[in-house]
Amino acid sequence: MIENIDLSMVNWARAQFALTALYHWIFVPLTLGITWIIAFYHTIYVKTGSEEWKNLTRFWMKLFAINFAIGVATGIILEFEFGTNWSNYSWMVGDIFGAPLAIEGIFAFFLEATFFAVMFFGWNRVSKKFHLFSTWMVAVGSNLSGVWILVANAWMQHPVGQAFNPNTARFEMQNFSEVVFNPVAVSKFTHTTSASMLFAALFILSISSFYLLKGRHVKMAKQSILVAAVFGLLASGFVAFSGDEAAYEDAQNQPMKLAAFEGLYKGETNAGIVAFGMINPAKKVDDDKDAFIFSIKVPGILSILANRSPGSFVPGIEDLVYGNAERGIMGAQQKIEKGKIALTQLDAYKKAKKADNQVAATAALTLFNAHKDYLGYGFLEKPEDAVPPVAMSFNAFHIMVVLGSLFPLVFLAYLYFSYKGTLEKQRLLLGGGTILFFLGLIAHWAGWILAEVGRQPWAIQDLLPVTIARSNLTAGTVQTSFFMFLALFTVLLIAEISIMLKQISIGPEEN
Amino acid sequence: MIAYWLETATLAQLQGLWWFLCSVLGSLLIFLFFVQGGQTLLWQVAKTDVEKSLVINSLGKKWELTFTTLVTFGGALFAAFPKFYATSFGGAYWVWMLILFTFIIQAVSYEYRTKPRNIFGAKVYETFLLINGSVGVLLIGAAVGTFFTGSNFTLSSYNLVTWTSSLRGLEAAFSLFNLSVGLFLVFNARALGAMYLLNNIDFTGAEELEERLREATFKNFTLSLPFLGWFLLQIIPMDGYAVSATGEVFRQSFKYLLNLVQVPALAVSLVVGLALVITGVMLTAKTKAKCGIWSSGLGTVLVGMTIFGMAGFNNTAFYPSKVDLQSSLTIHNASSSLYTLQTMTWVALAIPVVLLYVAYVWRSLDMKKVSVAEVTGPEAEELY
Repeated sequence: MIENIDLSMVNWARAQFALTALYHWIFVPLTLGITWIIAFYHTIYVKTGSEEWKNLTRFWMKLFAINFAIGVATGIILEFEFGTNWSNYSWMVGDIFGAPLAIEGIFAFFLEATFFAVMFFGWNRVSKKFHLFSTWMVAVGSNLSGVWILVANAWMQHPVGQAFNPNTARFEMQNFSEVVFNPVAVSKFTHTTSASMLFAALFILSISSFYLLKGRHVKMAKQSILVAAVFGLLASGFVAFSGDEAAYEDAQNQPMKLAAFEGLYKGETNAGIVAFGMINPAKKVDDDKDAFIFSIKVPGILSILANRSPGSFVPGIEDLVYGNAERGIMGAQQKIEKGKIALTQLDAYKKAKKADNQVAATAALTLFNAHKDYLGYGFLEKPEDAVPPVAMSFNAFHIMVVLGSLFPLVFLAYLYFSYKGTLEKQRLLLGGGTILFFLGLIAHWAGWILAEVGRQPWAIQDLLPVTIARSNLTAGTVQTSFFMFLALFTVLLIAEISIMLKQISIGPEEN
Repeated sequence: MIAYWLETATLAQLQGLWWFLCSVLGSLLIFLFFVQGGQTLLWQVAKTDVEKSLVINSLGKKWELTFTTLVTFGGALFAAFPKFYATSFGGAYWVWMLILFTFIIQAVSYEYRTKPRNIFGAKVYETFLLINGSVGVLLIGAAVGTFFTGSNFTLSSYNLVTWTSSLRGLEAAFSLFNLSVGLFLVFNARALGAMYLLNNIDFTGAEELEERLREATFKNFTLSLPFLGWFLLQIIPMDGYAVSATGEVFRQSFKYLLNLVQVPALAVSLVVGLALVITGVMLTAKTKAKCGIWSSGLGTVLVGMTIFGMAGFNNTAFYPSKVDLQSSLTIHNASSSLYTLQTMTWVALAIPVVLLYVAYVWRSLDMKKVSVAEVTGPEAEELY
């Protein structure tokens, strides 16, 4: 299919996607979460008519708007990057992948963009109720956009409702509802949106803590904290629940990802989870080095997490690469052999069709169909290529889990001291609270890295490796646009931070 | 009834429907480029800070809508014609990259321009808006021009695109024809921008701005005429890229003229569209009317639909390859499968609802025009 794979180009294209997504992912979770909190603040204002709540709403809206602009700017690049850097991907799965993107535009972006203008400009232009309705619609629209992009992403992780069409040499949609209600999409959406609400709550806590430490806007800060901490605490529960579901889905659909993020090289029954440890980054699947420099495991937990069954067997990286006959696991080597047959027969089928040789075409198609489930593996050179970067996946997962466990405790502490009326005196908590936003961002990035790095080398799990998904560009071309994006996004980020800090230092209006 | 039609519709019918829907979105986008046109006018019609604020805040209520339409247009093309998405974006790399860059810098400029400590100062963000309104629209126009002049690519048997020009799409901007499409769009957007601003601003205390906008409407429309004329003069005798019944692409003399003749709806759409554009401009330039944007806007949409229709309907290759005719894309060989198009058609039933609420919000928000009192009042710092 592709004769000369320029790995350097593929890696630059990956880097560019990672760069864009990491920048985008600073702003998007904040947008997804804070719109709900602003809608709550706005509702309280409309219900009570209190100018304090109005000022508070306007203040958080202003920070949201600054953040929103750059989120939009980075978002457009992600959509079109599928075409520019991953054009073969766009063709091979566009029949399925394009639909959620179009639906996102029609249903979500228009809702968000239309009502954003009312939310922003509507204070003295439209009725209070319509203005409030618009604020809620921005929250709905933002999160609806999350639904569709996560449906698309989930399909890449667990490609259901599709079939390969040898005549067009692409994957085509067979069942839309399977794509939409993909269990991976459900867990991804609930996990991402609840984590975004949590992140927005951390953002509000950070800024409000800063005000309390400075003794400025004290009443507004306390009001903001109260709503945000309740919101954050509830969101934390959903994050834990949906995170567990996401891990279960990984175990069922992407066992290699699960094995990588737990650093599990050899499969185990009653498998334990690493509570504390440092993975050995030099370890390869085909050597005898120790997987960990040190580690403390809690036995049995990984089996429950992965299979909902205590004592069950969880396959390790070696089982998945080299196979495990005893457990009925086919290794990547065997899959590669089958995949190569599928590719050869696909080529033979196309040639026979072109030559109008029906007998040869039917024979090739029969063989192809028998091996087509392993088509993607045919593009891999060796079984070890099926292993994602283990150390990066492991570290990302554990950083995310540690931070995710810390946040509910922080929300509880804020609520406790708010209830006691002594929050202003908790200098240590408030001082630490000012960096909560950054910790939340790290947790989000770690989650994203886990999801995307953990599924390598696949663009579409088991069906299409990134090396084949690429565009026919030189490494130099992609490298140039990479540095253009890096420079532009960095400059815009600096401007955003500068504006944001100034707005925070100005603070909300006081009556 | 819709369900029955969808069940029985052929793939070719749905491909036609989706080219029509993409044409509607693309044409609405060309209309909504009044935002981009208005951005370029900022430097000429707004002489004071107050006038600048009037212009920016008026456009600021709509920029997101244009941006969203662009993204949705891209999404619809991806869903309905993925081979075009893959071929054009993966092949004409630099032209799309530059277009995207101009939209990145637009997205932040409204919000950041007047904010304290914005690092670069208002002028830089205004320059960003100028670049987006001029270079961005020009390049999109040049890209549309390639629907008729063709591009430099070949497709492998697995549909992997190879671009044969090292300029990777930028070469489109060196064709006089493509350039004339681009420049027509730029000046048309400027005329539309001036008409939109006239409709959207309360000029009490800014009467001179109103006069300048009326002048700008006529001047920019006049400037667009040579490029429109060149486009029409070139396209009528042009050898087009036709598709035979077996799917083979071949050059056909007067192909685009034939499309206008054989599909009368296209010719009617072109004539009515141009008449509406002229009516809007004349109403604005010669009377005190402020509603010219609606006539010219609708006219622009109709002209846009004619352009897309001429490119894709009546057995025409809408994305032709200059170097390998058989690599050319048609609405039939570039589309998604029957199932996907059926599914997407169900989704498209929501489009009228979207248009309705967009219209309702537009009207609600614009009942109160942007005024000098607003942009100089106590809440001015909350604005753009």
